[in-house]
Amino acid sequence: MASALRRLGSAAARRGLSTACEDTKKSLFQLPQAGGKSSNLCSAINQALHIALESDPRSYLFGEDVSFGGVFRCTTGLADRYGKSRVFNTPLCEQGIVGFGIGLAAMGNRAIAEIQFADYIFPAFDQIVNEASKFRYRSGNQFNCGGLTIRAPYGAVGHGGHYHSQSPEAFFCHVPGIKVVIPRSPRQAKGLLLSCIRDPNPVVFFEPKAIEEVPEEDYMLPLSEAEVIREGSDITVVGWGAQLSIMEQACAGAEKEGISCELIDLKTLIPWDKETVEASVRKTGRLLISHEAPVTGGFGAEISASIVERCFLRLEAPVARICGLDTPFPLVFEPFYMPTKNKILDAIKATVNY
Amino acid sequence: MVLGRAFEDMCAQMYYRGKMFGFVHLYNGQEAVSTGFIKLLKKEDSAVSTYRDHVHALSKGVPAREVMSELFGKTTGCCRGQGGSMHMFSKEHNLLGGFAFIGEGIPVATGAAFSSKYRREVLGEADCDHVTLAFFGDGTCNNGQFYECLNLAALWKLPIIFVVENNLWAIGMSHMRATSDPQIWKKGPAFGMPGVHVDGMDVLKVREVAKEAIERARRGEGPTLVECETYRFRGHSLADPDELRDPAEKAHYAARDPITALKKYMIENNLAKEAELKTIEKKIDEVVEDAVEFADESPQPPRSQLLDNVFADPKGFGIGPDGRYRCEDPKFTEGTAHV
Repeated sequence: MASALRRLGSAAARRGLSTACEDTKKSLFQLPQAGGKSSNLCSAINQALHIALESDPRSYLFGEDVSFGGVFRCTTGLADRYGKSRVFNTPLCEQGIVGFGIGLAAMGNRAIAEIQFADYIFPAFDQIVNEASKFRYRSGNQFNCGGLTIRAPYGAVGHGGHYHSQSPEAFFCHVPGIKVVIPRSPRQAKGLLLSCIRDPNPVVFFEPKAIEEVPEEDYMLPLSEAEVIREGSDITVVGWGAQLSIMEQACAGAEKEGISCELIDLKTLIPWDKETVEASVRKTGRLLISHEAPVTGGFGAEISASIVERCFLRLEAPVARICGLDTPFPLVFEPFYMPTKNKILDAIKATVNY
Repeated sequence: MVLGRAFEDMCAQMYYRGKMFGFVHLYNGQEAVSTGFIKLLKKEDSAVSTYRDHVHALSKGVPAREVMSELFGKTTGCCRGQGGSMHMFSKEHNLLGGFAFIGEGIPVATGAAFSSKYRREVLGEADCDHVTLAFFGDGTCNNGQFYECLNLAALWKLPIIFVVENNLWAIGMSHMRATSDPQIWKKGPAFGMPGVHVDGMDVLKVREVAKEAIERARRGEGPTLVECETYRFRGHSLADPDELRDPAEKAHYAARDPITALKKYMIENNLAKEAELKTIEKKIDEVVEDAVEFADESPQPPRSQLLDNVFADPKGFGIGPDGRYRCEDPKFTEGTAHV
């Protein structure tokens, strides 16, 4: 941990603004060996935040209820360790929280804003779309709010109902100028969050609400690089976040029936890694995308259109999308709404047997 | 008030037994505000609430059976099980919801108030003096929507009363630390409407203030901002361990329990005897038990209800690849969904 920090520290000393991080070495982007403690997603995020606040004295964390630890306990211990001037609660005003974060970032600080649930991000949508994404562009690179990272837990929890379960990533993927990152597991979350915080662009980071071993060091994972987490030859299956664990089960089920699935975790939604997905589809000839958000206008549509453009002659079956239904997120009907393992398995079989 | 308290306590029991799920926010301690205001309303007056809306629904007249069924997610609930704890709606009783998002209900209430004023002044329905009550908490008073609506209501002199249930805490955020001027009632005059502060633990005082505010609105004199100082005895929701609040503060407010205070007042002033009050409590217990039984026995909603009411046209999902309306295709909801 000390050596990683020293490397980071020396790079930091050469920079004026705390948001510039162009010359981080490639080696920092490798996942350290397994051998950490078992933690859930929230403690992994907590570790990442500790490291971020430690390594940069001009980073600030704020949002609703962050000082006592937050409703998901992602921010425990931070206010005690780094002081109330760097880790503080805000009143209940999402638009204000994000706008304020943009201002902080524009002045060269790292602002980590927490939105309590992704469903509450909509009042801040205006600030993100109209201000954060366009800041660097319209000031001719005089100002930028790259130091802004907005974190929000998203996705279904089983009983959240309309306003504690939404997956709003598609709305943000339509905005040029920001990045959207979604980790699938605690280990990924820590590395990706650190990359997002240190990335010189504003990032919206959605955290699935899910246990895994997380290394204790400071490590970053590269943005805009998809990861093939399971190799296969019959069909490419693409997803992100919490949905991946469901998809892994479906892939295991498909394997029992003799279908070999290649499972890809996109990790960063915009800008997304088209090359990796394209290379995989060229190998298999079939594609299936799955996400919790409603199917119409979801990010799966973008992936499908781009891959069809690139691999039209190679495709052996239509691109399948197994997603949430086009209704508001239901309360009692959640199991019917969700793209479950069986729905995905059925679609894999249908696509392979097209 | 007693119904509200008994109902909420039963909710907690049911939740821990797994009959109810989701995010449930209980109203214990704040009953005086709901009773004090809503009991003065006519059936045609509207009320808009927050996620802490069970007791507002009960006060407005929604039967306990329907509220309990809604909480259990059954088809006999007031919203047919679609809304759950945080979204209680009732057309019959003019309860415009239950909003999970703070502050979202206030503009809706403002619109409802406008419509009643319009009916009276433009359409000439002279007997239409319906008022709207908007309930929300102290945390909401730092949100943009609140201020926008105060301005609109005062500008257009709408028959609306903004009731702030200041229970000092927004989950774990103390009102004192979140607000530049914690005295919310002062924000009324800034927008040109009267701002009143009242002890929200005393139902008679609340009723007095409410009476005046509602009369004002009915006469067409415009909105009022009422700040009720109250307290919630339980945590923010049933998932909240409630560790942050000072036990001394909790004890202070527990001593001012509105139900106990009213009981004492009634007995001291010979308005009722102990025995009578005990009978009322017993009756309430029966009502709540009956509500639970009814909810238990009610059927779960059918799968096809998932697609209902997304659009006005229930067939609004278009035609599927097989030429039939999608929502009629059993595979659309059944599929191989594993429950």
